[in-house]
Amino acid sequence: MKRLCLILCLLVTPAFAVQPDEILDDPALETRARDISAGLRCLVCRNESIDDSNATLARDLRLLVRERLLAGDSNTEVVDYVVGRYGEYVLLKPQTGGANLILWLAGPVMLLLGGGIGFVYVRRRAGGQGRAEAALSDEEQARLREILKD
Amino acid sequence: MIGPGQWSIYNQRMITELGHFALILAFCVALFQAIVPLVGAHKGWSGWMAAAEPAAVLQFLLTACAFAALTWAFVNSDFSLRLVVLNSHSLKPMLYKVTGVWGNHEGSMLLWVLIVTLFGFFAAWFGGGLPPTLQARVLAVQGMIGAAFFGFILFTSNPFLRVAVPPFDGRDLNPLLQDPGLAFHPPFLYLGYVGLSMTFSFALAALIEGRVDAAWGRWVRPYTLAAWVFLTIGISLGSWWAYYELGWGGFWFWDPVENASFMPWLISAALLHSAIVVEKRESLKSWTILLAIIAFGFSMIGAFITRSGVLTSVHAFATDPERGVFLLAITAGFMMLGLTLFAARANVMQSKGVFGLVSRESVLVVNNLLLGVAAFVVFVGTIWPLIAEMFFDRKLSVGAPFFDLAFTPFMVALGLILPIGAMLPWKPAQAGRVLRRLIPAFVLALAVMALTWALQTGNSALGPVGLFLAAWLVAGSATDLWTRTGRKGGRLGRLRRLPRADWGKSIAHSGLGITMAGVAAMTAWEAEDIRVIQVGESYELAGYTLTLKDMRRVEGPNYISTMAEMHLAKGDRQIGTMFPEKRNYPVAQMPTTEAALDNGFLRDVYVAIGDRQEAGGWAVRTYYKPLANWIWGGSILMALGGALSLSDRRYRVAAGARRARKEGVPAE
Repeated sequence: MKRLCLILCLLVTPAFAVQPDEILDDPALETRARDISAGLRCLVCRNESIDDSNATLARDLRLLVRERLLAGDSNTEVVDYVVGRYGEYVLLKPQTGGANLILWLAGPVMLLLGGGIGFVYVRRRAGGQGRAEAALSDEEQARLREILKD
Repeated sequence: MIGPGQWSIYNQRMITELGHFALILAFCVALFQAIVPLVGAHKGWSGWMAAAEPAAVLQFLLTACAFAALTWAFVNSDFSLRLVVLNSHSLKPMLYKVTGVWGNHEGSMLLWVLIVTLFGFFAAWFGGGLPPTLQARVLAVQGMIGAAFFGFILFTSNPFLRVAVPPFDGRDLNPLLQDPGLAFHPPFLYLGYVGLSMTFSFALAALIEGRVDAAWGRWVRPYTLAAWVFLTIGISLGSWWAYYELGWGGFWFWDPVENASFMPWLISAALLHSAIVVEKRESLKSWTILLAIIAFGFSMIGAFITRSGVLTSVHAFATDPERGVFLLAITAGFMMLGLTLFAARANVMQSKGVFGLVSRESVLVVNNLLLGVAAFVVFVGTIWPLIAEMFFDRKLSVGAPFFDLAFTPFMVALGLILPIGAMLPWKPAQAGRVLRRLIPAFVLALAVMALTWALQTGNSALGPVGLFLAAWLVAGSATDLWTRTGRKGGRLGRLRRLPRADWGKSIAHSGLGITMAGVAAMTAWEAEDIRVIQVGESYELAGYTLTLKDMRRVEGPNYISTMAEMHLAKGDRQIGTMFPEKRNYPVAQMPTTEAALDNGFLRDVYVAIGDRQEAGGWAVRTYYKPLANWIWGGSILMALGGALSLSDRRYRVAAGARRARKEGVPAE
């Protein structure tokens, strides 16, 4: 239930993600490889990075990333290379361009909007102190009577 | 001829049929309960209103019968039932025979509806203090929800379907589900999701009634609290399971289905706090009603996401378009009903209390804002791949890196304002006094941050910030409790006698801080080692020495395991022996990793074994997980705090509800 993909992947290779033989000798390069692969999606799995995935395809991608690093690519070049081959679907962190701006700005815009409304609401309630306590409306009078009745 | 042996089989079959029949009857009762009390409340016919209570009780009893019948079939391995064939096996341990009942789509829906009726039963049994029209309307809405789900079960996912030729044995439950952590993860989550159906029913009833007051806030709060507590337990059980079972110690993946349970958690946390404002200050009424509607909406969306497979999540164990459409219709129907009623009646609910710009109520508004926007961010991130594909023709993914970046700031902000908000008094307040009292807590938190910054290797701000928030929340909560004991002597005694709600609040807030510390430490300072070793070899990780002593084959009840024996030591001191396993379940044809953990207060050492290598030796993954247990320890504290609040006198005394109604606004 938790990870159908995991089940599928395990059926193919009962192993776990990064294999000992994949690890690069240079620890600095290896760290960079891990950083990159944590942000790349395993194509046959769902919502799992190639760093976590057991699928054969994820292993191929991990090896590809390391190959590019050994060839002297920078981190962005490696990512661009992979995106060029597989499309933006492989990026777990979506690009900021185009329609994705909506996704990235959804939180901040909503916070500003909600914050604005909240502030106006609180201000009005704080400012209306005198008015609110001055008199009860007809409706409130009616409700007061009702409350006192039962 | 029928011998005694066959008799028992016939009886057994009969029990299944009775269960099926009870389910159909429950559907009819739910329909009755949805209509009659509602009409009664509208017309003022007390007889029709009074029908709600027995109907709710009967509906629960019938559903319980159906559920018991299905459990009976699982326990006795009745392989004439399709569901049992697909999800059970005669050799499975008894515990998992029982939990197998809800380890599948049909059974879990039956559990879901059982909980719907259970909450209805509670509202009928303990709802005596409610005004009769309100109670009738609440139960009617609950009946509608029940009827919708009974219909869903009977028409698209009936658990009582037979197979023509019963096989000799079943196909076994997915081995990943044969685990105590996951076995009890769904029931708690459902208790949470469905608990929010009660707040929805209360919200709708209040809208129909056209009246929301302090008493309403007080009636709704226990259900919200209970739902939130159950969601907390359910989510942390799932996360704990992922941590020890999946073999690399991840505890949260921002998977669509995890998000589906996390959004209701965030919204119910917001609702919990805004309901306090309704109860104490008679303000934020329409907002609270809207939150109650949205919270249940998110629960339903959660059910829809899990069951329809629309986001093709890895969790979807029932990818079926027909079910998806049915569930979407239920979700859309209830949301439209709720929001239409809200639009029509929201103006009736006028707020009374006066706010101070700096006051507890203002901070609670900020709390709601942060939690609400955080839930919104999770929601947008979860459905964005769908929207991008439908409207912009882009196939893309939204994964953990996005959520980490977009979600975390809200939680940091929440943690920063929490201790101040928790201590600010209601109504216009002087912030200066509260801030002065919090100076020691703040200084302590700063010291903790400076210390961790100095001790850590690397320049990540995450760890120090996480520990700062933890210290700030825990020390702030302690300050809050201590301040409440007054000024003069005998403060310790008074501390003990403080209302449970005060203790609950402080414990839950501290729990949040502890969880934050765990998450931050795990993310910032985890260490990992992957290598091939031979039996007899040793290696080091983060100051610990691990030695592979032995590899052996072990047979379990329904699996075969390859088990390693590893010795864990720090310097010369032996700490313990660990037994990581790789299991194979022959019936389900599936291997699983069983990692071995050495749990500690400050760290876990986590070992998982992999394949035997061609060149000899075994692949081994080892992790050093700092403060891992704090994540779940904090969750337990949060749940405990919620439970303590729930047991507060205010809610325990049934008469309290009646009294509050007579007084109108409680005197503050």
